[in-house]
Amino acid sequence: MLNYLWGGMILIGIAVAAFTGKMPDVTNAAIDSSKEAVTTCITMTGILSMWTGLMKIAETSGLIKILSKKMAPFLKFLFLQIPKNHKALDYISTNIIANIFGLGWAATPAGINAMEEMQKLNHNKKYASRSMCMFMIFNMSSLQIICVNLIAYRTQYNSANPSEIIGPGLFATFVSTVAGILFVKIVERWKYK
Amino acid sequence: MSFLILISNLMVPLIFVFIIFYGYSKKVEIYDVFVEGAKDGLKTVLQILPTLIGLMVSVGILRASGALSLLEKCVSPIADAIGYPKETVPLTFMRLISSSASTGILLDLYKTFGPDSFIGRFVSVMMSSTETIAYTMSIYFISVKITKTRYTLHGAIFANIAGVIASLWISNLLWGS
Repeated sequence: MLNYLWGGMILIGIAVAAFTGKMPDVTNAAIDSSKEAVTTCITMTGILSMWTGLMKIAETSGLIKILSKKMAPFLKFLFLQIPKNHKALDYISTNIIANIFGLGWAATPAGINAMEEMQKLNHNKKYASRSMCMFMIFNMSSLQIICVNLIAYRTQYNSANPSEIIGPGLFATFVSTVAGILFVKIVERWKYK
Repeated sequence: MSFLILISNLMVPLIFVFIIFYGYSKKVEIYDVFVEGAKDGLKTVLQILPTLIGLMVSVGILRASGALSLLEKCVSPIADAIGYPKETVPLTFMRLISSSASTGILLDLYKTFGPDSFIGRFVSVMMSSTETIAYTMSIYFISVKITKTRYTLHGAIFANIAGVIASLWISNLLWGS
């Protein structure tokens, strides 16, 4: 997909520039943008490494594991079809906690394990089960409490207070997650009555 | 609303304090572990850098050529009617499709309008409360060979629209003119 998206954006840009007479600007933009990507990444290296370092402490000390366990009662409400103490629930909670703390590298493997476990419980192997739909929608409703990357980007462009968006972001994240859960609960009630 | 600002200011220090004390209580050698973990950050950035170069160049060209302002003009009748900032329409759609392409557009908006402008703040909140649907759905469902995803896509889009509306609402409340 990115093959078309990326090429398409450049070709459209150049085509429009041919009409607007902005070819020199296009050349400069291409050079400046590539430079800027590097400076942005340098800013990001500091902030992101600080965060991954901190999260490594949380991981090593067992904090992530304990938080995952604390998710259990909440998961029961979301995943009614998964039997108690099933492995799928462990993977789901690990995935959710990892997503909340922005640990993408830990979230994806756990999420795939969770899908595999749910597939074992699934009767029709081609169709997503109810639990899978819930898991995916919950997952894609955005769970992260702090977007470290965003703060890094804001810092790079000289924001006076890069972290001011954390609180409002948390509020909007909460709304989207609740909306996702409500959507599934309503669809389920309507489909499986 | 000052509560949300308070959270913004306190969140990072609180997480630091909490994790450090928890680490001490479990007798973890926190500094050594921190340094080890910081290396993961370096690896992540190295992975991001090439995609960011590619997509910032393409968005940069799109902006410099005037194509983006053309697009903004096209969507402005609808966007203005519903009170949506027209400059952020391309980002809103791209966000669902590609994480790296939307980052490219986001950085372009920061550069063009500034991260502390209303647009800059709104897109920051929006980016933190939405998720790239296309990528996530494909890796998870492909991993278990499921082809019929049923209502997953509808639900994910619904949740993300709710996130966008909530972002706009809270941004208007906090920083609206």
